[in-house]
Amino acid sequence: MSYEFDWSSIPGALPFLWSGMVMTLKITAVAVAVGIVWGTLLALMRMSGFKVLAWLAAAYVNLFRSIPLVMVLLWFFLIVPTLLINLFDIPRSSDTRLVSAMVAFSLFEASYYSEIIRAGIRSVAKGQMAAASALGMSYAQAMRLIILPQAFRNMVPLLLTQGIILFQDTSLVYVSSLADFFGAAYRVGSRDGRLVELLLFAGAVYFIISFFASQLVKHIQKRKTA
Amino acid sequence: MNYHWNWAIFLAETPSGSSTYLGWMLSGLEVTLAVSLSAWIIALLVGLLMGVLRTVPNRWLSGIAAIYVEVFRNTPLLVQLFIWYFVLPEIVPASIGDAYKSINPFLQQFLAAMLCLALFTGARVCEQVRSGINSLSIGQKSAGLALGFTLPQTYRYVILPMAIRIILPPLTSEFLNIFKNSAVASTIGLLELAAQGRQLVDYTAQPYESFIAVTVMFMMINTVVMILMHRVEARARVPGHMGGGQE
Repeated sequence: MSYEFDWSSIPGALPFLWSGMVMTLKITAVAVAVGIVWGTLLALMRMSGFKVLAWLAAAYVNLFRSIPLVMVLLWFFLIVPTLLINLFDIPRSSDTRLVSAMVAFSLFEASYYSEIIRAGIRSVAKGQMAAASALGMSYAQAMRLIILPQAFRNMVPLLLTQGIILFQDTSLVYVSSLADFFGAAYRVGSRDGRLVELLLFAGAVYFIISFFASQLVKHIQKRKTA
Repeated sequence: MNYHWNWAIFLAETPSGSSTYLGWMLSGLEVTLAVSLSAWIIALLVGLLMGVLRTVPNRWLSGIAAIYVEVFRNTPLLVQLFIWYFVLPEIVPASIGDAYKSINPFLQQFLAAMLCLALFTGARVCEQVRSGINSLSIGQKSAGLALGFTLPQTYRYVILPMAIRIILPPLTSEFLNIFKNSAVASTIGLLELAAQGRQLVDYTAQPYESFIAVTVMFMMINTVVMILMHRVEARARVPGHMGGGQE
């Protein structure tokens, strides 16, 4: 071991790193929320009797699931700013990267969430739908009041696990040089010539958060089955 | 919006004159395939070994495998890649680090990306292997041991042949993932498909043609892998077991 570690650039950079973490959590939260809502709609579309809707949803999900997240991000950093400028007449110079990232992650995650949700809906016993119809509920009522609540209860661990994966994947906004937590750590590291320390630090922080979050998910899962 | 589509751009010569832009794309595709396939082979070996270790009756061995899985599953792929590429060459003994830094840059990037993807995916394969083994009834193992097989023989001839067949569908999705994840290697400068696409944008200012081409190529990889793995699944099927295969 010839390398001499020097961790001294981290304490002073903590506020900057924290602001990066806030951005990471913001992107994660928006993408989880929008992803679950849009993912539920996609799952319902895909399971609906309307062939066109089902086909569109399937095409959407398969498209997003077959291309790399990096490419999805690059696409959205290209398209979203042009759209925003054309639709809302905002100044060309404004920073649209955060919005682009949020849109990209939301639409991308929705395709993964929709598959989880579809499996969740399928896992609810068929008799539930029949019973709801027998009680005079419409399809929409049965979904909203009977099927989805049960499906979501079964899916909680999987949805949370997907959230943890997403939390880690947000580091890929690096391709747009946004200062999320990873971007912030990288910048401090290259500014001070201490990339080794900062990358290890970033890795440790991601590990601690993801590890404890996944332990929590395991705990929830155990309590559910117990 | 008045975007000027120019699909002929792919046939135009690059500034260096040695190739067309289509040539860049194809060489990117080659790198993507090479790095993903070589990483996949290592990932299978590592995943199989670690997955077996997780299930053996030895606390130390299963503990090592568990730590491996937790570390590689709870850190972002991008962080792992940067640690392989920027950190490891600095903190290993100087002779190894210097040897690594003296090889040509492409090979440095390729090696880092390959090892990174291999161990990242290996941790996921490991979990699949473990759940495959655990899904077999305990009687399989007992029967093997009762027939006088040693524990390694029981794994080799009884447990693994069935466990691997069971996990073929989830392995397929990991195999698909490794191609998609390889695009992350563009961040350390490896000229794979996504990086070639971005380079083309920088040179020609035709982002849509370039991104569409890259996207289509990834979708093609996806389709080919799916067809291939369906064939493997069909061939590996044991009569009387898991008749329908997937779904």
